[in-house]
Amino acid sequence: MAKNMSMTKVAMPEQEPNVRNKNFDEVALGYTKEMAVEEATRCLNCPKKPCMDGCPVNVPIPGFIEKVAEGDFEAAYEIITSENALPAICGRVCPQENQCEGRCVRGIKGEPVGIGRLERFVADYHMANSVPEPVDIPKNGKKVAVVGCGPSGLTCAGELAKKGYEVTIFEALHKAGGVLSYGIPEFRLPKDLVAREIANVENLGVKIETNVIVGRSLTIDDLMSDGYQAVFVGSGAGLPRFLNIPGENLLGVYSANEFLTRVNLMKAYKFPETPTPIKVGKNVAVVGAGNVAMDAARTAKRLGAENVYIVYRRGEDEVPARKEEVHHAKEEGIIFKLLNNPCEIHGEDGWVTGIEVIKQELGEPDESGRRSPVPVEGSNYVIPVETVVIAIGQSPNPLIRQTTPGLETQRWGGIIVDEDTMKTSKDGVYAGGDTVTGAATVILAMGAGKKAAKAIDEALSAEA
Amino acid sequence: MYKIVSKETLNQAVELMVIHAPYVARKCEAGQFIIIRVDEDGERIPLTIADYDREAETVTIIYQVVGYSTQKLSEMKAGDFVVDFVGPLGQPAPLHKCDHVIGVAGGVGSAPLYPQLRKLHEMGVKVDVIIGGRSSEFVILSDMFAEFCDHVYIATDDGSLGTKGFVTTVLQNLIDQGEKFDEVIAIGPLIMMKNVVKLTKPYNIPTAVSLNPIMIDGTGMCGGCRVSVGGKTKFACVDGPDFDGFEVDFDECMKRQGMFKDEEHNCKIGRGE
Repeated sequence: MAKNMSMTKVAMPEQEPNVRNKNFDEVALGYTKEMAVEEATRCLNCPKKPCMDGCPVNVPIPGFIEKVAEGDFEAAYEIITSENALPAICGRVCPQENQCEGRCVRGIKGEPVGIGRLERFVADYHMANSVPEPVDIPKNGKKVAVVGCGPSGLTCAGELAKKGYEVTIFEALHKAGGVLSYGIPEFRLPKDLVAREIANVENLGVKIETNVIVGRSLTIDDLMSDGYQAVFVGSGAGLPRFLNIPGENLLGVYSANEFLTRVNLMKAYKFPETPTPIKVGKNVAVVGAGNVAMDAARTAKRLGAENVYIVYRRGEDEVPARKEEVHHAKEEGIIFKLLNNPCEIHGEDGWVTGIEVIKQELGEPDESGRRSPVPVEGSNYVIPVETVVIAIGQSPNPLIRQTTPGLETQRWGGIIVDEDTMKTSKDGVYAGGDTVTGAATVILAMGAGKKAAKAIDEALSAEA
Repeated sequence: MYKIVSKETLNQAVELMVIHAPYVARKCEAGQFIIIRVDEDGERIPLTIADYDREAETVTIIYQVVGYSTQKLSEMKAGDFVVDFVGPLGQPAPLHKCDHVIGVAGGVGSAPLYPQLRKLHEMGVKVDVIIGGRSSEFVILSDMFAEFCDHVYIATDDGSLGTKGFVTTVLQNLIDQGEKFDEVIAIGPLIMMKNVVKLTKPYNIPTAVSLNPIMIDGTGMCGGCRVSVGGKTKFACVDGPDFDGFEVDFDECMKRQGMFKDEEHNCKIGRGE
């Protein structure tokens, strides 16, 4: 087949910025069949396959792209799902620019192949053209418990179920999906699609029990004595960090977790059709500049805020969010206040009236390699806002480490594991995802879940 | 799905439900709470556990019909199912052995107070209780408290039962009469707990209070329930719900409780209520 030597990716249709910043529908609209085939022919199918080294779950990328180029989309789906249980999700939220696409040969001169867009197309095509059916896998009689129904837990459970394990996932919230359900907004990751991907994992025989908080409703030791031969902990990083500056308990200050959970999980954007409310002022400051901050800012805009500011103490080069998210946010009218460090939230009668910031200059690189900001004496000023969302990161929830004797953790709360097997210090207990790394990406969590599944299988097979 | 095993009306605004919830019933202790969601797309609302039966695997909740979701709950009957019921959440109440404890309950606050006082009684502590309400109808659980409390004092705003006045009127009288309490446990409206603490602090009688702020998940994830205790921010859901009353910033709590007042109103209008 003739190769398409275009330097740029086939553009993906998107909603217009000024239309989409008023609705919660998905921003990117996805490729048509024709677009997908055209983009797929940009892949050179080079012998070294560097893209695959960049994929935490080892999707055979050139193989599936070849099938797309041939127009055999179902075969492409089979290839992707041999290694990745959640392709419609990964095609949307993976930071491909640092992973597969970041290593693509075509990216040396011009844009890399749009691997994420193709993955998304294939997954969407399959969903639109097939009915999920339960798969009959012979059981091996061994039970594994998974704590947390987010990306790492779902992946670990799916992998083990494929091998015949009887797997039960215990989820603290009333809904499966973890951050995919409560955190990432509808306009970036539609929730019915998340539900479909989870149903695919359930079709492998995985049981999901919602409303069970491991560390409260039961403990890891209880699971072990209930006959589970291994436990995988993928409980995420659910504990929000605050700034610890004056005024943080004023009305109108939210953690990004609360803000996004109200909107995504509890569907507050439909209030009063749904009973959970959210209150957003005309002016909103989101503190932080990661992906979560972008999600919060763009959500605030969609909820009707006129001026939404990203307030960040470092500079443009240090912004941790994906470039695409920053680009989308700017297109939608989000105002970036970089090198501005919040020092106090002002209020009147208990309600937020503004956020006081001090301007910063960039100094020497710190231990993270990012140039550390230095305050400019006397440069304080107040940005008038009625709502402040704190999006400066999350740490692992302490419930599990407080209730699991023998489970060693880092000082900041992360569970300590052997990086090759994801084994913890406690026999039979494995962990992965944000609860090990601190807040990271969906795909890294999935990679960890997969690694743990392999190690659990090896350990339990050796026992038999 | 969680079955409503039985339902009882305690007064025109307060109801009791026994719900089949094995995970909660097996583990819960006095002072802990649950989160309930009545139906799909419903709110998550926190309610303190009033009682439990480990063998029958049931949990008793007592709630006041005040908002949209408790109204929906109130429309359900024995045999119906609620979609979600999760817990136990929060820390068990920090109860310790001493000589004499008095509980102070305001309105529906009797419900979470009941298992705490019963547990203290089982630990060999002499317990008394003061129950307050707007009028006699709003005084609940007095018979149940009478089973193990040495004294059950009652205060009503209108004097229709017990002392005319507030729970603090009764507590002040008891202190004036020379009653010695090692500890006070006050559970009720914020303003009541604030006033109890105002009374006990000068006498330096340790006073525990139980908070029930606005929250979503109840596991430490949203941080909506933050409260200033001794100048430090705590999450009521995981650090509480019981705190040292002397240290709690009640004024801040009361403000934060009003975060969605307008929306509660709009919600009712939006539904033609």
